[in-house]
Amino acid sequence: MRGIISSAAYVPYRRLARTSISAFLGAGGGKGSRSVASHDEDTTTMGVEAARIALRSAPAAAPGAVWFATATPAYLDKTNATAVHAALRLPSDVAALDFGGAIRSGMGALMTAMTGAGTVLVVISDQRDGLPGGADESFGGDGAAAMIIGDDGPGAPVVAEFLGAASATDEFLDRWRAPGERRSRSWEERFGETRYVPLGREAWSRALKNAGVESGDVSKVVVTGMHGRATKAFASKLGLAPEVLADDLAGTIGQTGAAHPGLVLSSVLEQSESGDVVAVVHLADGADVVVLRVTEARAAWTPARPVEAQIASGADLSYGRFLSWRQMLTPEPPRRPEPARVSASAAGRSEDWKFAFVGSRDRSSGAVHLPPARVSMEGGAVDDMEPLSMADTQGTVVTFTVDRMVYSQSPPVVFAVVDFDGGGRFPVELTDVDADGLAIGDRVEMTFRRLFSADGIHDYFWKARPVRDPAAATGPEVAPG
Amino acid sequence: MSSHGIRDRVAIVGMGCTPFGELWDKGLDDLIVDASTETFASAGVTKDDVDAYWLGTAQSGMSGITLARPLQLEGKPVSRVENYCTTGSEALRAAAYAVASGAYDMAMAVGAEKVKDSGYQGLNANNPPNDGTGRTLTAAAMFSMVAPAYAQKYGVDADQMSDVLATISAKNHYNGARNPRAQFRREVSKETIFASPRVAGGLGVFDCAGVADGAAAAIVVRAEDALRYTDKPLYIKALAFSTGSGSGLIDPGYDYTHFPECEWAATDAYAQAGITDPRRQLAFAEVHDCFTPTELVLMEDLGFAERGTAWKEVLAGTFALDGELPVNPDGGLKSFGHPVGASGLRMFFECWLQLRGEATPERQITTDRTLALTHNLGGYPGEMVSFVSVVGTELG
Repeated sequence: MRGIISSAAYVPYRRLARTSISAFLGAGGGKGSRSVASHDEDTTTMGVEAARIALRSAPAAAPGAVWFATATPAYLDKTNATAVHAALRLPSDVAALDFGGAIRSGMGALMTAMTGAGTVLVVISDQRDGLPGGADESFGGDGAAAMIIGDDGPGAPVVAEFLGAASATDEFLDRWRAPGERRSRSWEERFGETRYVPLGREAWSRALKNAGVESGDVSKVVVTGMHGRATKAFASKLGLAPEVLADDLAGTIGQTGAAHPGLVLSSVLEQSESGDVVAVVHLADGADVVVLRVTEARAAWTPARPVEAQIASGADLSYGRFLSWRQMLTPEPPRRPEPARVSASAAGRSEDWKFAFVGSRDRSSGAVHLPPARVSMEGGAVDDMEPLSMADTQGTVVTFTVDRMVYSQSPPVVFAVVDFDGGGRFPVELTDVDADGLAIGDRVEMTFRRLFSADGIHDYFWKARPVRDPAAATGPEVAPG
Repeated sequence: MSSHGIRDRVAIVGMGCTPFGELWDKGLDDLIVDASTETFASAGVTKDDVDAYWLGTAQSGMSGITLARPLQLEGKPVSRVENYCTTGSEALRAAAYAVASGAYDMAMAVGAEKVKDSGYQGLNANNPPNDGTGRTLTAAAMFSMVAPAYAQKYGVDADQMSDVLATISAKNHYNGARNPRAQFRREVSKETIFASPRVAGGLGVFDCAGVADGAAAAIVVRAEDALRYTDKPLYIKALAFSTGSGSGLIDPGYDYTHFPECEWAATDAYAQAGITDPRRQLAFAEVHDCFTPTELVLMEDLGFAERGTAWKEVLAGTFALDGELPVNPDGGLKSFGHPVGASGLRMFFECWLQLRGEATPERQITTDRTLALTHNLGGYPGEMVSFVSVVGTELG
């Protein structure tokens, strides 16, 4: 049996209320909200966060490959999956590959893993931009999903068995973006609709046949795609009971492009029961359909951070700040030098520290060193340290400050001295927090972020953020809010 | 293993100090020439009489050539030193030790910094290429964490703490208003201080040292030769230096209410100078008031007040110009700004003026005490270098 061993999604903390767009521009917007990646997030960092959650829910799973798919890669030429690989501290014999460019690549990576061999960690991530007032801006979203796909095995059972898949492909112009552009363009909607609906029906029929199930056997269907009109039309023509159609989450977090089929599937699997048959239909330059059956192992699988909880814990962002984070508007920066580019060789030497937040612990004194050191600050032992991964250790704010002068993509900088549970202190920048929203004693967790970019080089490292999801708390106390 | 010091073996026999400020019309070379010329004249010597030179500059230039070129020194041993914000003091320490060792008869320390050519606010460090995981926080933000930690530990409420910090700021501006070389020469009311824009944490603009260009210099000789050059030399009683391991940043035991490096340097300096009760033996102290909470904590680290009591002493006026132990009678970093390489020597210059009775009358301290202390720190809470010196007008 082959299928999904674990799945997770990452929804960034911030939400843009669509009404705030029309309030500012006098037009555009709509109802509900969209998710917004923080100024220090990109598709790679969001992918890392999703993968961390998926792995936490299936600690025994050992991926033999990492596939990363996005339509908005942080780098071209350079593989982005290697940063995911490094952040997860995977062994060097695990291949890290990108599926790049097209929105369809996310669903494509999932399908390829399901029909392939070995244990594959598929990470799909996207960040959707649009010009101010446009539909892409308000109905797009940012987020990531991660799925561990492989054969059923001891300790890492398949929770959703792959039953079958099908694709229908046609070359037509619906949505496109020239390399280097931030905005997408699309053809008149009605044209795409006339292509997507029949392609979807074709793929749907063949997928059910390949899976050996009837339409009536399907308990939940996810229909998703950037073409809102086509997905609605296709879904209505399936003739399914309304409760069978899954909420595509577009109202609350927006359409997250390449990530969306995985993100919504994660949400559905988190709410599924053993025996459920789940189908995912993605309309993007054709149609792709996957059919899965939730297994008995579902009962023992506990999602570490459900999508629903992440959606519920979001906080609003003003439209002005959204525009500046998306570089649609450039606020005056502090009159301070911008950071210099990261040294490739220095970053290479400190890969475990920089990408995976691994410190060291002195074997004789137990003192924790962040970053790792060769000589102990207690007792002075030399080269008697063991690596100590701190990425999943929570901590408490000892003291903090707000720096209004330092250079930042989104001033002011909130900075705290954090004492970690079980030992270790690190003074670290906070993120997903308001300057007036922090107190001494607050609980924080680590998150992988992009600090800044210079000379086209992204500086990836870790920040701390408040622990908001009580289910995620590992320490003695939980900060409210 | 011991720190022996060089008490009474070396004397300062000439000093100079430029006005500090936003000196748009002066380059580094001008600052160096101005301070050095004044210093040569003060000691009554020429550049050829000086056997060896040390230039303290943090970022304005590299190598001894930065000093040798503007002064046209030919063939002399000239070195450039850097040690964060203690850079100027380090130049003097090197020169004094060189004379004490017997290697040279006369040495000169010049501290100079041209800060205002960067076009940025505040001080900026040029970091070597790195992995991008280091802090980029401003010094103001790092030091801002001291005030709430101190207030919490010693039960000082927020309003009292604001009042304490404003008292320090107002005191230093009061002193600076009486010093023609200071960058800021106006008294500042507490109301103005309270109303100033926040820079980091609870610190406002008036809690932070200014940013200025400037230079200062000193010439040192063996103590027994001192009276050949001046009838009022300053004898070096102690030069102490302490460097932390940086572990305070990652040590859960560090509480941001004191600077161990400064305590260590002070303890060493008092031992070298034979001081047992600094508050009653020192005529005054020049300390590194980069931010107002720094000066508060230093009053305890340097032994001027018991732990947890400096805030009360500040409010009681103990460290005011007419107080029991005046601190920063020249106006401090608060009034002078902080040209990094020059600040340490600027503090010595105030000792030079005050102990010789040459300060401007409105800030001249009248006392029968003959010793003064200077203190620098560089770095951040938890990761610091610190310098403490004691100088005096009497031998023995």
